[in-house]
Amino acid sequence: MAARLDLRRFPGFLPITWLCLVLLYAPLIVVMVYSFNDSNSVTLWGGFTLRWYVEVFTGPEAPKFKAAALNSLAIAISAAIVATTIATAAATAMLRSGQFRGKSVSFVLINLPLMVPEIVTAVASLVFFSAIGFQAGYLTILVAHIVFCIPFAYLPIAARMQGIEGAYEQAAQDLYATKWQTFRLILLPLMAPGIMSGFLLAFIISLDDFIITNFVKGAGIETLPTAIFGSVKQGIKPNIMAISTLLLLVSVVLVTVSYLLGRKGQTTPTNKGT
Amino acid sequence: MANSDRQVAVKFETVSKRYGTFTALKQVSLDIFDNEFFTLLGPSGCGKTTLLRSIAGFEDIQDGAIRLFGEDIAELPPNKRSVNTVFQNYALFPHMDVTENVMFGLRMLGTSEAEARKRAQEVLDLVQLQSFADRMPNQLSGGQQQRVALARALAPNPRVLLLDEPLSALDLKLRQAVRLELQELQKDTGITFIFVTHDQEEALTMSDRIAVINAGEVQQVGNAREIYEEPNNAFVASFIGETNLIKVDVGEPQDGKVAATLPGGVQLNCSAAVGAHAGSGHLSIRPERVNFCPLDKANLTGTVQRVVYLGTDMQVEVAIQSGQTINARVQNTQMAVIPSIGETVGMQLDAAAARVLGA
Repeated sequence: MAARLDLRRFPGFLPITWLCLVLLYAPLIVVMVYSFNDSNSVTLWGGFTLRWYVEVFTGPEAPKFKAAALNSLAIAISAAIVATTIATAAATAMLRSGQFRGKSVSFVLINLPLMVPEIVTAVASLVFFSAIGFQAGYLTILVAHIVFCIPFAYLPIAARMQGIEGAYEQAAQDLYATKWQTFRLILLPLMAPGIMSGFLLAFIISLDDFIITNFVKGAGIETLPTAIFGSVKQGIKPNIMAISTLLLLVSVVLVTVSYLLGRKGQTTPTNKGT
Repeated sequence: MANSDRQVAVKFETVSKRYGTFTALKQVSLDIFDNEFFTLLGPSGCGKTTLLRSIAGFEDIQDGAIRLFGEDIAELPPNKRSVNTVFQNYALFPHMDVTENVMFGLRMLGTSEAEARKRAQEVLDLVQLQSFADRMPNQLSGGQQQRVALARALAPNPRVLLLDEPLSALDLKLRQAVRLELQELQKDTGITFIFVTHDQEEALTMSDRIAVINAGEVQQVGNAREIYEEPNNAFVASFIGETNLIKVDVGEPQDGKVAATLPGGVQLNCSAAVGAHAGSGHLSIRPERVNFCPLDKANLTGTVQRVVYLGTDMQVEVAIQSGQTINARVQNTQMAVIPSIGETVGMQLDAAAARVLGA
């Protein structure tokens, strides 16, 4: 019975798998390989070199990229901190406050940025900021990033919280802890892996964002993705591939850590006798 | 000591609780005395856990009052009630070691660190877990976790200890050992224990008094002997141990005694439960109180249907005149005369053990 449902036995499974893998990863591999290409052409292979990586840090465009990277880092860290805090509060309200009016509406509102096309959010943010007279700049980027990072932080945090039995909190209250003490001493430590995972995800999402940032950033301020885009408009140079490869590396590491934390979260809070 | 002289630790006054249209507790009134091992016994979903959790403060009640040593606690949040709970799955804090778990309540009460640590050692001694003080909960066996949960709940020296089926996760051997320990612990500490279980054997062996609960109502309150030997109604009689419920014609009850006419016409003078009345009724008799005898001495006769081997006993199923089947227990000894299937047998119902039940 189980064998009949085995996806691997479907006709065309292998070719489709290969097609997906190639479409997803071939471009990334090309970029990674050509970032080590010792040639000024982006298409002809001229041997192995690390000079494009050196150029990223020392070349004529280095100050621009350095400033953009620092902006990206500062915005990603601040946006992730604020979004994680809001997401933690939201998860607590959604999962630990019983039934309340507008619960499902709240859930939709929290997760709306996942469903609304990013370009729409981008345009809307731009219109909104100019309507209320906010000068485009550092702050507008930060606010926009916080907003779209919330659902990404919320999902792992809520998943973790769902896995924590209510009995721990009841035990704490039974042992004379106030609601706040229960939250701080019991719920928060148990949720820590989920919160960390949510933070990393929010950080990566903010770090990588281009569309919304490009709309709300205003003149003179660049994040790494917008700086890269700006450079590419004048032609693709190999140093862009080197930067992209570095960014990919950071993303992969953080997403992996986030995933591992999330998985740890699924296995720890069970407290069954052996 | 007469019950009226004793201090009431927990008093339920016509407590009701509904979930939507489902009534979990119907007008429950109950007195639980100080320094008593009191058990709430009933099938799952009967409301016993709801009753326990309403003392702890995890269930809001809709009507009535719950008094803890006279004080109405129905409106107090759980952390303001001087009762502690041993949870069914223990709910030990997984990120704290055994000592920290045990110290938690004392810390919340503002006890000094040194004093809390000393008290934690004391209660860990009490449950014989001194050498496990630094372990994390997931490094403990089920039985050890159960002791930590007990120590944690006892550490703040509560006025009443609530135990929510704490033995259900343990295996049989361990469960039997822990029963005795719990009983001794209750006597040693003098704390009122309120114990919830669906296991009638657990209830009978451990408790000073038992409240049998069904469908959100208290069916009967009494000590183990009263509950087993003097059941009020058919539910109590059949939930606690096994019983035969024989349809009989009941005479007018007088001073707790009544004459019941068995199928076949023999009259039996036996005890009557509160609520027993003249007319048709049910007579309860335990299988071990049905004895086989020569036909001329029998007060009930029938045909053997089945003989089941149970190890220490043999169970004999006998069909009587009215068509009902009666179970009899015969001890599996060499002297035992086991009737064979199809045989017509005489039975002597022990009048002292027979009881006409209330409706």
